[in-house]
Amino acid sequence: MRIADLVTASFLMLLGAIVVFDASRLGVGWSTDGPKSGFFPFWLGVLLIAACAVILVQAARRAGLAPFVTRAQAGPVLKVLWPAVALVVLTQWLGLYVSAGLYTGFYMRWIGRHSWLAVLALAILFPLATFFIFEKWFLVPMPKGPLEAWLGQ
Amino acid sequence: MGIENLLLGFHVAITPYNLFVAVVGITLGTIIGVLPGLGGANGVAILLPLTFTMPPTSAIILLTSLYWGALFGGAITSVLFNIPGEPWSVATTFDGYPLARQGLGGQALTAAFTSSFVGAFFSIVLITFFAPLLAEIALKFGPPEFFAIQLLTFSSFVGLGGGSPLKSLVSILLGFILAAVGLDIVTGQLRMTFGLVDLMKGFDFIIAVIGLFGIGEILLSVEEGLSFRSARTGMNLRVVLDTWRILPRYARTFVRGSFIGFWMGFKPGGATPASFMSYAFAKRFSKHPERFGHGELEGVVAPETAAHAAGVAAMLPMLTLGIPGSPTAAVMLGGLIIWGLQPGPLLFKERPEFVWGLIASMYTGNILGVLMVLAFVPFFAAILRIPFAILTPVIVVVCAVGSYAVHSNMIDIWYMVIFGLVGYVFKKLDYPLAPLVLALVLGDLAENALRQSLIMSQGSLAIFVTRPIAGAITAVALLFFALPVLTPWWRRLRGAVVPAQGAS
Repeated sequence: MRIADLVTASFLMLLGAIVVFDASRLGVGWSTDGPKSGFFPFWLGVLLIAACAVILVQAARRAGLAPFVTRAQAGPVLKVLWPAVALVVLTQWLGLYVSAGLYTGFYMRWIGRHSWLAVLALAILFPLATFFIFEKWFLVPMPKGPLEAWLGQ
Repeated sequence: MGIENLLLGFHVAITPYNLFVAVVGITLGTIIGVLPGLGGANGVAILLPLTFTMPPTSAIILLTSLYWGALFGGAITSVLFNIPGEPWSVATTFDGYPLARQGLGGQALTAAFTSSFVGAFFSIVLITFFAPLLAEIALKFGPPEFFAIQLLTFSSFVGLGGGSPLKSLVSILLGFILAAVGLDIVTGQLRMTFGLVDLMKGFDFIIAVIGLFGIGEILLSVEEGLSFRSARTGMNLRVVLDTWRILPRYARTFVRGSFIGFWMGFKPGGATPASFMSYAFAKRFSKHPERFGHGELEGVVAPETAAHAAGVAAMLPMLTLGIPGSPTAAVMLGGLIIWGLQPGPLLFKERPEFVWGLIASMYTGNILGVLMVLAFVPFFAAILRIPFAILTPVIVVVCAVGSYAVHSNMIDIWYMVIFGLVGYVFKKLDYPLAPLVLALVLGDLAENALRQSLIMSQGSLAIFVTRPIAGAITAVALLFFALPVLTPWWRRLRGAVVPAQGAS
């Protein structure tokens, strides 16, 4: 926990430094018609660095025994995280509906060990329902891929 | 005058279409409240893009109804599954879950819903009378006053929010920094984009909410294993009526909880401390404090009444000042701006049918809500018996759809994943997420108020102290900011050990 605290605070400090750097490029002072663009971000960045510095000192002083995440906890978290990332990558190539079907089906089979019939049914029905609710009913377009192009949507 | 306006509001709220919208909102909201990983703020954020084509009044009724539903749904998971969906439901689990374990889940749920309703109703009545007055006062506010109120909003997270004050401050700063990314509308310059086109549009709060609260919450909740626990409801009409016969005994607790909730609630982040405070008071004044924590019905009534009174009271500053009191209210405020409405006191003058329609819909929404959840609890609880391997991908896909729908931009889904990871890490390290979201929504408004104030004063910060109203608010805000430093010092001075608030 202590190391994660230190890393996060250091990272946020770096972020603060970037903000201050960019703000000074824009000008942090006073122009003819009021504060310059960098004025507000500059002070945000300065405060962020200061606050993170104190957090760093506090965390460094404390003895942290509990790990940020145990091996037993990391497993399930990754089992949720990487398929979700895969969904996003697939969406870029195949569109949302096909990816959602593949993702749901894969997850049901892999984690839930559901029967192939249930997997197939949901992997087809769920994206279809999403399609009709969002695309047709609310007229919100979703990313589409080759399948939708082939179907003429 | 107030009554006339309210009647006008009811004319708007009781049209068949708006009642239908309210029922849809409550149903969706309760489902969202029951589902792990989807809370009120999240549900409102996902549905927001779908409301762009609706009339604003119906849109806000849909979103607020969703919020009431989510509040009720949170009680279901707290009592039956010991999973507090929102931080202010934590105190409900102390006695709600033991009751459910003893087979009295039906009683606990009836008490929880009824208390929620009483607390919410109390706050709505107060809003009906106080909102126009507050809006009238706020009409005289200039930029310095609004900036002072913003300061007060964020100072209360630091001073009263509990947890680490420094980490709350970091969350606030981060929210403001993210809000500043992109085009500066005042000077037309690009800020913190570093030549990247994707950063020019900045970060949308909807995506931040979906990632931080949605994906982050799922990651956090699966740490204990890839499953959700379940229990029986034991709910029927007889249980409801029997519980209602007992509840008048707790009249004092209801009144106390409502007042604590309203008082804490219109300050940001107030619902959670309100629920704990109400629980602690109920325990202190009870004849059987030893029963608390082992399944005392009063231990469900107290926090639920206060939490919902606070949840509704959070709408008061959003309506009158344009300052949201909770993350969900913040998302709704963002919605108002998208629908082309200027949140703040002028709304009462310019769009009375919107404001009063919304206030009237709070009455109808809560009455419909309590009846619907009482009737359909087994149905809503059954949602959690859907296998984990189905529920998780469905929630993730819904989150992705909600993120993409905002701007039809692929990069937003990536932001959602990144915000999800940030949310997971921040939650584990005790960085509060609510102030980040509030700062992200209010960023531009706060910066403009600051700039205009400084232009008025030609660059002198004294303007926030010398104007009487702004000065008073700034003073309170500074006090709140200083509170984490002052409190230990004050305690040492008194030489007394102050017992920790809340319950163990």
